[in-house]
Amino acid sequence: MGQWFAENGLLIGLALLDGLAYAALVFMVAVGLNMVFGVLRIVNVAHGSLFAIGAYAAASIGLFLASLGLPPIAGFAALLLAAALVGGILGPLIERLVLRRIYGQEEVLQLLVTFALFMILEDVQKLIWGVQPIFQDAPMKALGTVDVPFGEDVIPFTAYQLFVLPGVALATLAGLAWFLRRTLTGRVIVAVTTDKEAAMAMGIDAAKVTLLTFTFGAALAALGGALASPTTSLVPGIGAQTIVLSFAVVATAGLGQIEGAAISALMIGLGRSIAVYLAPEFEVVVPYLIMVAVLLIRPQGLFGRLETRRV
Amino acid sequence: MPHAVSRRAALLGAAATSGSLLFAGGNAGAQQKPSELRVGITTFLSGPASVFGVPARQAADLLFEEINRAGGIGGIPVRPFYVDEGPGTDHLVGEYRRLVQNEGVHIIFASISSGSCLACTPLSDEMRKTTLLWDCGTQRIFEEGKHPYAFRTQGYGTPEILAPLLYLLKTKPDFRTLAVINQDYAWGRDSWELWKAGMDALKPGVRVVAELFPRFNSTDFSTEITRMLALRPDVILSTSWGGELVTLIRQASERRLLDRSTFVLPVAEASLQQLGRAMPQGHVIGARGDHWNNHPKPKDPARFQRFVDSYRQRHNEYPIYPCHHMAQAIAAMQAGFARAIEAKGGGWPNDQELANAFRGLTFDSPTSTITLREDGQGLEDQIVGLSSFTDRFPFAVPKDMVIFPAAMVSTPVGQKSVDWLKTLKPDMLAQVPAPIAG
Amino acid sequence: MSASDRDAPGVAAPRPSMRLPEAGLALAGAAALVLAAWAVPWLKFVLTIALAKGVAVLGILLLLRAGQVSFGHSMFLAVGAYTVAFLAPAVPEALLLLPLGALLGGLLGLVIGLFIVRYRDIFFSMLNLALSMVLYSLLEKLYDLTKGTDGIRVSALTFAGAVPDRETQEWVMFGLALALALGFGLLVRAYLASPMGRALAGIKTRETRLEFMGVSARRVLLFAYVFSAVMGGAAGTLVAMTTRHVTPQLAYWTSSGELVFIAILGGAGSALGPFLGATAFELVRVYAAAAVADAWQMILGGVLLLVILFAPGGLWGMLTSRLRGRA
Repeated sequence: MGQWFAENGLLIGLALLDGLAYAALVFMVAVGLNMVFGVLRIVNVAHGSLFAIGAYAAASIGLFLASLGLPPIAGFAALLLAAALVGGILGPLIERLVLRRIYGQEEVLQLLVTFALFMILEDVQKLIWGVQPIFQDAPMKALGTVDVPFGEDVIPFTAYQLFVLPGVALATLAGLAWFLRRTLTGRVIVAVTTDKEAAMAMGIDAAKVTLLTFTFGAALAALGGALASPTTSLVPGIGAQTIVLSFAVVATAGLGQIEGAAISALMIGLGRSIAVYLAPEFEVVVPYLIMVAVLLIRPQGLFGRLETRRV
Repeated sequence: MPHAVSRRAALLGAAATSGSLLFAGGNAGAQQKPSELRVGITTFLSGPASVFGVPARQAADLLFEEINRAGGIGGIPVRPFYVDEGPGTDHLVGEYRRLVQNEGVHIIFASISSGSCLACTPLSDEMRKTTLLWDCGTQRIFEEGKHPYAFRTQGYGTPEILAPLLYLLKTKPDFRTLAVINQDYAWGRDSWELWKAGMDALKPGVRVVAELFPRFNSTDFSTEITRMLALRPDVILSTSWGGELVTLIRQASERRLLDRSTFVLPVAEASLQQLGRAMPQGHVIGARGDHWNNHPKPKDPARFQRFVDSYRQRHNEYPIYPCHHMAQAIAAMQAGFARAIEAKGGGWPNDQELANAFRGLTFDSPTSTITLREDGQGLEDQIVGLSSFTDRFPFAVPKDMVIFPAAMVSTPVGQKSVDWLKTLKPDMLAQVPAPIAG
Repeated sequence: MSASDRDAPGVAAPRPSMRLPEAGLALAGAAALVLAAWAVPWLKFVLTIALAKGVAVLGILLLLRAGQVSFGHSMFLAVGAYTVAFLAPAVPEALLLLPLGALLGGLLGLVIGLFIVRYRDIFFSMLNLALSMVLYSLLEKLYDLTKGTDGIRVSALTFAGAVPDRETQEWVMFGLALALALGFGLLVRAYLASPMGRALAGIKTRETRLEFMGVSARRVLLFAYVFSAVMGGAAGTLVAMTTRHVTPQLAYWTSSGELVFIAILGGAGSALGPFLGATAFELVRVYAAAAVADAWQMILGGVLLLVILFAPGGLWGMLTSRLRGRA
């Protein structure tokens, strides 16, 4: 064991750095999904499409800004702008035109409505952005790399991966915690999440809260996509992959849990990275195994509360 | 609304039914010349591989328009029927049947994905429909069985891997360690098996320090890159393509992995436009054939230029290799029909006669001449070179190009590729032609 | 459209007055399918797949009665399909492979069911999803065994020892699928009318009361789950023997989504719903793919959206409200 650690300890350390960045991205998507579920009680399958569209929008806006001759750092503005636009336009559109019609209906119908939206949005992406890979990595390049010592050697990591992604995720976590606990709107959202009927009885405008929450969740998904865009090529199909991973994070965390989402994203991100070193064959299975294992031990997720059964 | 939808579905169904009944009547008689030549084409229109499939379709549309303007094939216009490979194999085999039984196509161009080809080729046997495998690369097709109606109008995995391997051994003979990072599906696995067999025969003793097969359609390779940075292999092989290759190269070059290791990228060509200046110089790049934009001596330069120019004019980008493979399949189809009609003294060929015409067929591509061997496999030359930049293109093109004659790097008829590769001797390197500056 | 249709797939138990038209409709539907398959040779293939998926969707329907949505149900389909793919070289007999695939599907269903019946609602959905993704990942990853995403071609099959020509084999598969569809349809109907079947609705509405009455909700759900897994396995063998090529895609979460899609499209009010839905789904899919090859997903999504928003009872609901309106 000691021998093994001497040989692999450093490598595992490196894996943790990679896992952290990955966990940060997964968290951004999962936390929005989780909030939306908390308030709307709908598992939004189309959340992954919002991630993809956010990514595409960020790349397009970034390329446009670059064509105006703005410095690469303007790319960061593009990321935020994309998230705001996608969240602010698509969020209300989807909530008002589609979801609003099916509140109170059976769960399976709600799930399927978002599945239908997912199918439609997949093709919309192709119609708008085509199928050739798009990339816009100015924000990542602008920050350069950091050399991490590794024995005698150094391993370059991008500063974007090492600092920006975990930094934004942490800021989002802290910001959300503050917003939900310290602001009136936040508390209203928490109230609706905890007990919708009671909240409404107390005069809370549920329609407004759901609209707000969904828009916010959509913006978070789009921000996740925007953040991911400088590190990857955008191709058709990225939404489907992202959403199924976020499901795993959310179910592991327990629904409606913000901090829980952060911890399970971390578990899944790190678990996956370590698997690449130790058992690359099982890298893909790791998130799902973690989820199944957690749910076997704690059926309501790591941090979920046990719901009382209907009588 | 739902009523309208179901009614429309019913109408569509009725229309299709009458169409197929009409077809059934038309097919019953002797081989009359049809009013149009129907070509079924399976290609990726959705999913990640649509980065290959859509440009190929654009190329096909362009060439069919050209052909029809010039009077069609055998005097009748050509009409394509496109089918999406994206929804999966079970959908595709149904679509193949539809093309044959319902649309009455005369010939089928099958598949980008090796999985699709492996599923469609046995169908061509069953339904006796001439099928041109226009892009897939798996060596298993013609090595594991006979397919009398299937022909591959371009090269395949073995030459596409052996050529870059020989090039690497010729230009950078001193490497000792190697890592591989391929997509986790048939092409990624098979191409590694081919490379390993060839490398162990031609240069025994190379240490493989990592075999990485990230899942197909991955968008993040940072963990794999970290691992390769730590391992410092002399050479990194990747047969990845499309968005994944672009992502891999960008993430790796940002972290200076391409400064530490020499990359060998047999399928690089299709991604170089996307990468633009982000592609580092001095790495081994291949094109699954010889159709580079800076081909040093294309057989028919005017035709090559015309194709590239008209494609660029319409789509504002250079054609990539799937476009060229599509053009090859179309050229083969023209030559095959011409030969079959001639053999029948001007009459229209039936399915059997059409297939006969393709066996041993030789046709011209803009860059070279391709011959379909007796087992159905096409012989296409391979050009490999080192990535570099010129004034002519805003993206990397090869320099120090070596043109590998197809016969030299293809498995002889009747042998299996991996077995054949194991028999290669290092003195094969002496036969490698001299590089051309380009 | 009546109120009882509006509030839902799954709620309405079959009413006695509906029995006669249901049986008549089933026969008429079967006859229409045979006619279509005869008139348009290629449709035979599409309809065989539709019937097979319909059998799998019957399983979704059972769980829907209990208010549970399995978003991973295609894993049982994949088990059946891969059973055929793996065993066909050794045991080419279709009539043996079919029950074997169903059995293996059922066994996996039992193993998973034993713990998954403790979960409800979203956790039930997500656990099924996770397990199907585990299976998908393994099928994709264990390349030496499964040939990865390329999948396995199913080797030649025999039917009761005979090797029919292609045309006959297509008819045999179609007949087999139709027979299984009718058989399982009848079984499901009988099951839903039995006390065990009626207790499913109890899980959906008042689970605790069910237990007060001394009925174990878990046992009720377990039985339905295993039954649905058996049908999934059987459907998978049919799909594999028809397409003659299996890939991990069968187990991907979007394939499971399709099954639920079909259940809702058809309507969960009757055992006929899944077959209505599956036929409509496959036809829309192939015609949409033929008409607009690069936007067929959008068309399917649009159809689904319209059905949910404007006809939540599905095709079956539309059909019965028509019939009732006329009566």
